[in-house]
Amino acid sequence: MAQRTARIDRRNGGNGAGGGGGAKASSAGKGGGARAGKDVSSFVAGGAWDYSPAPETVKVKIAPRYGLYINGKFVEPHGDGAGYFTTVNPANEQTLSQIALASEADVDRAVEAARDALPKWRALSGAERGKYLYRIARRVQERARELAILETMDGGKPIKESRDVDIPLVAQHFFYHAGWADKIKYAFPGREARPVGVCGQIIPWNFPLLMAAWKLAPALACGNTCVLKPAETTSLTALRLCEIFDEVGLPPGVVNVVTGAGMTGAAVVNHPKVDKVAFTGSTEVGKKIAAAVAGEVGSGARSLPKRLTLELGGKSANIIFDDASIDQAVEGIVEGIYFNQGHVCCAGSRLFVQEGVVDEVVKKLKIRLASLRVGDPMDKNTDIGAINSREQLKKIDSYLKLGQSEGAKLHVEGRAGQGLSAFSTSERDNASAVVSNTQGGGFYCRPCFFTGVQMSHTVAREEIFGPVLSVLTFRTPEEALLRANNSPYGLAAGVWTDKGSKILEIARRLEAGVVWLNTYNKFDAASPFGGYKESGFGREGGVQGLRAYLEV
Amino acid sequence: MTSDQQRLDVQKTFKLYVNGAFPRSESGRSEPIVGAGGRVVGHASKASRKDLRDAVVAARGGLGKWKGATAYNRGQVLYRMAEMLEGKRREFEALLVDAGSSEAAATAEVSAAVDRLVCFAGWTDKFAQVLGGQNAVAGPYWNITVAEPTGVIGVVAPTSPALLGLIALTAPVICAGNTCVVISEAFAPVVSVFGEVCATSDLPAGVINLLTGSTDELAPVLAKHRDVDGVHAMAGPASISGILLEGAADNLKRVKLRKAETDLFDSEACTEPGWIEPFVEYKTAWHPVGA
Repeated sequence: MAQRTARIDRRNGGNGAGGGGGAKASSAGKGGGARAGKDVSSFVAGGAWDYSPAPETVKVKIAPRYGLYINGKFVEPHGDGAGYFTTVNPANEQTLSQIALASEADVDRAVEAARDALPKWRALSGAERGKYLYRIARRVQERARELAILETMDGGKPIKESRDVDIPLVAQHFFYHAGWADKIKYAFPGREARPVGVCGQIIPWNFPLLMAAWKLAPALACGNTCVLKPAETTSLTALRLCEIFDEVGLPPGVVNVVTGAGMTGAAVVNHPKVDKVAFTGSTEVGKKIAAAVAGEVGSGARSLPKRLTLELGGKSANIIFDDASIDQAVEGIVEGIYFNQGHVCCAGSRLFVQEGVVDEVVKKLKIRLASLRVGDPMDKNTDIGAINSREQLKKIDSYLKLGQSEGAKLHVEGRAGQGLSAFSTSERDNASAVVSNTQGGGFYCRPCFFTGVQMSHTVAREEIFGPVLSVLTFRTPEEALLRANNSPYGLAAGVWTDKGSKILEIARRLEAGVVWLNTYNKFDAASPFGGYKESGFGREGGVQGLRAYLEV
Repeated sequence: MTSDQQRLDVQKTFKLYVNGAFPRSESGRSEPIVGAGGRVVGHASKASRKDLRDAVVAARGGLGKWKGATAYNRGQVLYRMAEMLEGKRREFEALLVDAGSSEAAATAEVSAAVDRLVCFAGWTDKFAQVLGGQNAVAGPYWNITVAEPTGVIGVVAPTSPALLGLIALTAPVICAGNTCVVISEAFAPVVSVFGEVCATSDLPAGVINLLTGSTDELAPVLAKHRDVDGVHAMAGPASISGILLEGAADNLKRVKLRKAETDLFDSEACTEPGWIEPFVEYKTAWHPVGA
């Protein structure tokens, strides 16, 4: 089927309208036929892809500084190490606000507030607890535009992603778990289930508000109280959520938000009155948390360890068989690794293509990537927004250099979207994908991929957390499985083939917590998410996700 | 042989059970088994760290076949183990009495152990439906969650009750399709003789590996071993629990420490799905729906 057609980029278009979330309309293989047969690159070069600017223009008020949300009030941080730090817009490096840096004493205040709020919240009937969560879901929907804009300003993700994926899923998570609150007894039939108590929850910067919802909604539905620690670079939407808690009348102390850095997170983990720790972030930090929790038992401070769930890193395999629908698979590759600038723990960062179709896949991928616009995240047509921070951009850059020095070939694609100067010739020579934006600053990286990658290469083993794909090949299904499973990680995987029995066999034998078959990067509140092996333990979403927040 | 000669009985050598065979410890060490009244009733092999590593290799080797077997087949194997244990009931009871149990206690322990195996034989093809299922996602996707075995699990069996404790912690692990390496400090003959039950029940080699040895010596190696995926034990002294947890943090093993006060004879409390759940991994699969 000749599908090398020029068509308007609809990546993520039509997502989860009306708060359903999760359902991303796949536009694969349905492109218009008018230009079929012509090489798309000629349209790209000819400027056929240029769009007029479509900036999101609604202004969102951001306070000059934010305190900590403890016991239902915004309070100043105090104690050793307390203060404020600056949060910037990664798209232009402009200062957005000053965020409180919580000290150990602040964390202690927050934990005490959560502990004080626990008896009443726990004793509340499930139906009443659920109604608070329904209210939160509704307010999130009503304030969705504001939250999406704020999320994009603070984190750099394209507005179409925060608008169509993140915020609708946030609402869905509260709505879904609201319904569980009065049905917990049916979740684990025949077994008594009680809330675990005070939950310390530490979340990452790639999906700031969504991760807050993933953590808070099930915890609250089960009757726990929470101390949430947002990521250092992305605190604003979690703080905005606190305004919603006030609006819906959530009792003080049920949720407390302590902003800060690693020290603040450590204080949450180590607090003796925290009953459960939930962490999403890197495997490196996850292991440290597991060791800290173990240490409390080794020292005799506790006889049984704190409850712990970890949702950590990944190097997920996306496997394309020669009998797959290749056009659909190419869309899946894009969805898998370039969604959210590749800042996705389950990103399909290792592409395994069956040898017979590798040339075709690479060629089509290049053409597809040529149409991805890198630029101002606030522009509605932007596909790849800003990298979350300067540190992350540096890290990505170091992997780009390392990959090449280890012998892989880098292919840099993408085109300059709104807010970026056209990529210069020197930037076109594939030396680096990092963009030096002379026009307005900011941290940008073009979509790129490596070919000629060996399993032993660093870029095939370590999580890069950027728009960087490693392309590897295989001959037989057995070899695909062997290579895909040859990783300490086991978060997610993708499989592309039109043969039903084969796809189920591969799905069964992949060591991964989420397996996307002929699709990639789909999320839903009703669907458990989490990893095998060193990608962590515990699940979030679905009935299995409740388990972490209940003493069964 | 003339009639006035007294016949010397043939004593059993209590060995390890690894990969379907009964080796002695590669270290050549053995430990006296002290029975009632301080009498030495035999010697048990004392496993070394090398034996432990060999047992992990065996467990990893046995994993594919065992987790690939049908749940119905696994159920029949577990049931066969119950049959074999019941058939050797007198031997086990005698060994327990030798080790100091009263006859009534020995009978109760063997009965409970047989019944525990029967119960988990029945769980093999049912826990998947109880723990997993289809998810109602908001989109045109077929979405299911299945519970799969975690992999190779290290089991630290309690010293008392030696037989029931071993089975209570091991049966739920293998029920789900995991393989395991069991360490028991009991140096009780029942541990070694339980290997004979495993060996005669069509249990594939490597699924259960039994090591008698020192917890202090073996637990740190078990906890740190990079090819072990989980640890199942009773919460013990802070030092042992801490060693298991701290070692496990290194490769994020799943650790389940049962409360020290758990009554292992409680056939209700010790057979609920919470005994299986720590050693399954939930896999969620998505596929688009559409013509």
